[in-house]
Amino acid sequence: MIKKISLFVVLLVVSLSVTASAAVGALVLDGSTTVGPIAKTFAAYFTKKYGVRVTVSESGSGNGAKSLINGSCTIATMSRAMKAAEIAAARQKGVNPVASVVALDGLAMVVHPANPVRSLTKAQISGIYRGTITNWREVGGPNARIVVLQRESNSGTEESFKELVIGKGVQITGSAETQSSNGSVKSRVNSTLPAIGFLGHGFVDGSVKVIAVNGVFPTVATVKNGSYPVSRPLYFYTNGQPAGLVKQFVDLPNSAEGKRMITELGFINR
Amino acid sequence: MAGESGGESNRTNAFVVSARKRTMQKVAKKAGESLLFTVASFVAVIVLFIFYFVARDAVPFFQIRGFTEFFTSSNWYPADDPGEFGALAIIYGSLMVTLGSALIAVPMGVAAAICLSDILPFSIRQYAKPIIEMLAAIPSVAFGFFALVVLAPLLQNNGGPMLMWAWWILVSPFMLLAVIVLSDLLTTKIIEPKRRQQLHIFLLILFSFLSIFLLFKVGTVLYGIQILTGTNALNVSIILSFMALPTIVSVSEDALQAVGRDIREGSYALGATRAETILKTVLPAGSSGILAAVILGIMRALGETMVVWMASGNSSQIPEPWFNYLQSIRTLTATIAGDMGEADQVTGSARFHVLFAMGLLLLVISFISNLISERIVVRQRKILSGQ
Repeated sequence: MIKKISLFVVLLVVSLSVTASAAVGALVLDGSTTVGPIAKTFAAYFTKKYGVRVTVSESGSGNGAKSLINGSCTIATMSRAMKAAEIAAARQKGVNPVASVVALDGLAMVVHPANPVRSLTKAQISGIYRGTITNWREVGGPNARIVVLQRESNSGTEESFKELVIGKGVQITGSAETQSSNGSVKSRVNSTLPAIGFLGHGFVDGSVKVIAVNGVFPTVATVKNGSYPVSRPLYFYTNGQPAGLVKQFVDLPNSAEGKRMITELGFINR
Repeated sequence: MAGESGGESNRTNAFVVSARKRTMQKVAKKAGESLLFTVASFVAVIVLFIFYFVARDAVPFFQIRGFTEFFTSSNWYPADDPGEFGALAIIYGSLMVTLGSALIAVPMGVAAAICLSDILPFSIRQYAKPIIEMLAAIPSVAFGFFALVVLAPLLQNNGGPMLMWAWWILVSPFMLLAVIVLSDLLTTKIIEPKRRQQLHIFLLILFSFLSIFLLFKVGTVLYGIQILTGTNALNVSIILSFMALPTIVSVSEDALQAVGRDIREGSYALGATRAETILKTVLPAGSSGILAAVILGIMRALGETMVVWMASGNSSQIPEPWFNYLQSIRTLTATIAGDMGEADQVTGSARFHVLFAMGLLLLVISFISNLISERIVVRQRKILSGQ
């Protein structure tokens, strides 16, 4: 009996260690859903070119940072810079996070295509998200209560939005609905007439209407020259200065091929 | 001679097991018993371990933040610095959708169970029950997708008319029943047949007009309602009730079947009609099983995560007014699922532990309701067995 159990345990341990060791030698990416499309396209390209297996998970920027700290991914994709607390936690575990900018992204404010509002100021958007402006009438729209959509707390997009538009330490109203991805924000805005939400620039398509912020629409030019107020860099984070395969992957945005892929996905080259 | 005696001894030995074999059998018996015991106790131990590990990570939260904020504030800003961890609105949201789904699923489920066990012929029941049970096989993410992509836009675009039709369909049979019963009851005391008949007809007409007026009045009010957001407590309640239905139907149908043919035939033999038999004999006799079914179904609704995460809107607010099912809410389960990714021990301690506090709360709620149902079942059994 005991012999059988110990044999089983040995088998289990062996099989586990085999699966664990199989991941070594491949690249593992984890993090932002916004950077996800770039990471996936790069991964496919990389696998084709170098024959290296690249795994991409999209669990939110916060999770990406966590994975890098725990050593469960080689590259963390993030749509915001690492926070001081995260860097401190990484140092404590002997991980030295190094950032490299992949691309630039404008956060597009989106509404339902039938919404007549064309432009909002940053102050108006901030008011809507803080709950001081609750009706579209107050910002030049029809008489309808505003359905405010935000992202969940482990989203880098959410944190960038808070930092860029509302300001640090200010709370978003409790009646704001929480969505778990760019895609679900888009589909909710598309199906809800009085909704407002924000999306990474690369996710915008004809199903939603982009409005101008302070009179400026998010385009390649306005994001690049900084005149669009709600834009941010996207990052690859590695443990220490990248070397070897990791370096080749992180340097992809510098190559002509990488730049083409980024543009095709609707992001903006830095 | 020798061979003969050998044959003789063999024949007797066929019934007498050798000492070695006997020990082997004993060992095998002990091993089998202990294996079964281990497996059985393993399940109990798992439950204890879950309680222990959830509580172990929940206690630090209350040590850091105390009880007051968690249970009395509805400011839920775990990501802020410093964070706020008021879970009142979230607890309220959980209870709200659980109650909502129970209000829909329990009457429907029990009615379906009665229909299956006592009204439908066997040939139809054979197919109907497995089909209802199929609902349980649909993965919750599919339900959530349906709620988000089909039901939510439907509620937004045609919410008023849908509410009106639901009101008419659900309430008009009860209204009809009430009109008939009321006018009957009010005229039973009048002895003179002609006057009674006149008054009866008069009351019937009066009550009919009243109820039709009420139906239309409330209907038009409902028709005028514009549902702002389709991902709300009503949407989730409807979907959760569908998810709880197969449990309620299946378990309470089993309970009604278990009541047995003899009790039903006894009732018929005493001259009871089928309705009287069902209402006064079968239902009371099966009530403990039905209650167990209801509790199981409610637990299913309380613990469901995927659907509420996708379709409740996840806004941490107590609706305004408090019974407004047309606003977005947030539940305990969805909060745990949604915030677990970001909340780790490294970056925010209270933020991590608050999720376990919520898990512990869910465990305690289901534990208490299980205890209550257990008590009721035991008491019911005692009453029925005449002790």
